[in-house]
Amino acid sequence: MEGRKYRGNYRRNISGCGLAGMMSEDGRLMSGEPIIRAMEVLHDRANGLGGGFAAYGIYPHKKEFYALHIMYDDIRAKEATDVLLDERFEIDSEETIPTRKTPGIGKSPLLWRYFVTPKADRCTTDTCEEDFVIDAVMHINEKVEGAFIFSSGKNMGAFKAVGFPEDVGRFYRLDEYEAYTWIGHGRFPTNTPGWWGGAHPFTILDWALVHNGEISSYGINKRYLEMFGYKCTMLTDTEVGAYAFDLLLRKHKLPVEIACKVLSAPFWDEIDRMKEKGDPMADVYEKLRMVYGSILLNGPFAFIVGHTNGMIGLADRVKLRPMIAARKDDMLYIASEEAAIREISPELDRVWNPKAGEPVIGRLKNPVNNNSKAKVKAKAKVKETVA
Amino acid sequence: MKTYQLPEVIIERDKDKCINCGVCVRQCAFEAHKFDEEGEVYSEDEKCVACQRCVSLCPTNALYIRDNKPFVKDNANWTAETQKYIWKQAETGGVLLTGMGNPKPYPIYWDHILLNASQVTNPSIDPLREPMELRTYLGSKPDNVQIKMVNGEPVIETKIAPNLVMKTPILFSAMSFGAISHNATVALAMASKELGTYWNTGEGGLSKSLYQYGPNTIVQVASGRFGVHSEYLDAAAAIEIKIGQGAKPGIGGHLPGEKVGRRVSETRMIPVGSDALSPAPHHDIYSIEDLSQLIYSLKEATEYTKPISVKISAVHNVAAIASGIARAGADIIAIDGFRGGTGAAPTMIRDNVGIPIELAIAAVDTRLREEGIRNKASVIAAGGFRNSADVIKAIALGADAVYIGTAALVAMGCHVCQKCYTGKCNWGIATQDPHLEKRLNPEIAAQRLYNLVRGWSHEVSEMLGGMGINAIESLRGNRLHLRGIALSKEEMDVLGIQVAGSPMA
Repeated sequence: MEGRKYRGNYRRNISGCGLAGMMSEDGRLMSGEPIIRAMEVLHDRANGLGGGFAAYGIYPHKKEFYALHIMYDDIRAKEATDVLLDERFEIDSEETIPTRKTPGIGKSPLLWRYFVTPKADRCTTDTCEEDFVIDAVMHINEKVEGAFIFSSGKNMGAFKAVGFPEDVGRFYRLDEYEAYTWIGHGRFPTNTPGWWGGAHPFTILDWALVHNGEISSYGINKRYLEMFGYKCTMLTDTEVGAYAFDLLLRKHKLPVEIACKVLSAPFWDEIDRMKEKGDPMADVYEKLRMVYGSILLNGPFAFIVGHTNGMIGLADRVKLRPMIAARKDDMLYIASEEAAIREISPELDRVWNPKAGEPVIGRLKNPVNNNSKAKVKAKAKVKETVA
Repeated sequence: MKTYQLPEVIIERDKDKCINCGVCVRQCAFEAHKFDEEGEVYSEDEKCVACQRCVSLCPTNALYIRDNKPFVKDNANWTAETQKYIWKQAETGGVLLTGMGNPKPYPIYWDHILLNASQVTNPSIDPLREPMELRTYLGSKPDNVQIKMVNGEPVIETKIAPNLVMKTPILFSAMSFGAISHNATVALAMASKELGTYWNTGEGGLSKSLYQYGPNTIVQVASGRFGVHSEYLDAAAAIEIKIGQGAKPGIGGHLPGEKVGRRVSETRMIPVGSDALSPAPHHDIYSIEDLSQLIYSLKEATEYTKPISVKISAVHNVAAIASGIARAGADIIAIDGFRGGTGAAPTMIRDNVGIPIELAIAAVDTRLREEGIRNKASVIAAGGFRNSADVIKAIALGADAVYIGTAALVAMGCHVCQKCYTGKCNWGIATQDPHLEKRLNPEIAAQRLYNLVRGWSHEVSEMLGGMGINAIESLRGNRLHLRGIALSKEEMDVLGIQVAGSPMA
């Protein structure tokens, strides 16, 4: 696996792509099989150079722990990472991520997952636990040659590889997992292929983001996020999107609808018309644009973002990339094409084409709180290798 | 004493075309054209400043001014210009004086920076068919907003400091009444109102007749404190503390008594005919904490209703100074590069002190971001902006907006003859002579200013759309859309850009 070497050349993800997401707002657990089929319908939107998924609710027995999915170029990268992890975390368990041999998926890096919780003495009161985890993830991704943490949330996980998405899903045996939210991505990059870490979704904590498009404002979005301590090591627009959601929702505590209006802001003409009509939202939107202009995502994009308590679909302010949404009973579907949704749910209550900048928001009816502190069994470093 | 100086130009008069009408004689305040005893027009080359007024107005196109490059023996060190300066000083014993910005052939970094455009992977946006937003807010912004839900509707609880809002990120730079004519200030004010932008009084005060343009006016508080009083502060949209000016960093200003007529005397609050001397430093600012006191005094005086700007010239330590200014409470930092213009400055200072605005913008923006205080203050860049490409590159380097001074004067008719300090401006711009001033019709001049900024704004929109961006804030500080050509690695490092041909990372 030539991850590090490619990462040096890995430039912004200028790509066309296919997206799909499905969520049960009731929190019903569903196998990964339907999302694989949905992505298979979108096969032609990818070119085999990257596919991936994120799933929420898959580790109920370990839900207090941060689940770190890590790809290693070789065992030496793992050894170096383990030292850094040991310094920072109590490790409940570690294992290889189960896979099956699948045509279309080439040589795999070493794929490991760890269930961890920050060491009490390392995570002091003035840094919150999430920031500590972000720092650790960013530190390892930046400093350890050949190691890449591609998932770091609780009771969720990202799975990605070079290949078509349906093959990636089968490779990771996603049909054997059960989740209440699934999002998938097939990549059509126009630049360097080859690195597994470059596939979507991009994640930080429980945020997982799949993306079709190119963020022309990337240069300033990155510099803006750096002011708040995020390190954009991956050089992709998608990464910027994930960090933006983390900043706006988790750190600045903006309501999700408002955060979407920051990222895909209404036009001044529209705000001015609202102002003329005496709409109080005009003031809100004006101030948001004043304060958050540097994190406005400009350029063609459609996103699906997963998080513990929901799923968000968002397209750019002039909707230069496709995104369609549908509902059926407790299910919310979002995809690049309606065909992908019809494949897994032929009968739908409602199908709509969200307007530019208009977010599609799914919420768990009974929100989950994963903040309870994990307790590690004494000397519990048991290897539960499932291969 | 006989002068050894040679005429800078030669006036060529086509005798076949000249109808001896005398327009040139009447137009030239420098008396380069005269009637002889027989009533025939003739010219004296040594008086000509090459302002092109006579050439522009000659009804038969009989005049042509050409450069007079005196022959001096080939010498890279003792050029004709060097010798001219020495003769001048040998004859007067004075400081060499000049006007306008630094004309020396220093690198113009704008011409070594190239812009990006979209192809295939990212559609470009056509500003004729799609919205293209140039609206810009200048002032301090909080790092985040707090939202409270009231009856299910979000309300922003965070108080946001007053900001200037403008339709295009281009403002008119500080030029004082005194340095420029009343009509020129009227034209700037009128154009600003029409354009939805701002003009700046410089340190010349604000004549009462212009208070009606207050919502589009930035008033200056400079070291001489000329014309500063509470009504003046109240009339303005924003207040700018002038610490320095790109053309003459580190020194003060001098408006000669001859230019202080009745109206200038009234607005500056000084006696008619007295020299208006601005000290080099403010005599109440000897440190950054003193600056902070003045910033807050002005905020108190105006009850925190207006943004306070601090203007400095771009000097070697500009990034650290800008950081201090942001921390001292300024809402806007205006940085004037070494090509910034002036009504009068010592030549040696204008041509040798300070740094280019391109490098200063990049250094300041980078520094403020490293310190996490970029939101605290907006950055206006100034100093020699020639066209819309310079403007958009400045914004991509990190400026919020751009001040234009010389370009505005040129739009009104200035031909950059650099004789502003003489007060004899034949175009009616840099003069207080009522006969000369009348030549500048404020309405026509305002129209020309409006047209210029409108044209530039269209061009900025086109270039933005080409990059696939439809709001100016998405380009601000977005240096990935810039590439350097024929620059050293060190220069590109300071500019924070990569060499042309490198990919989008």
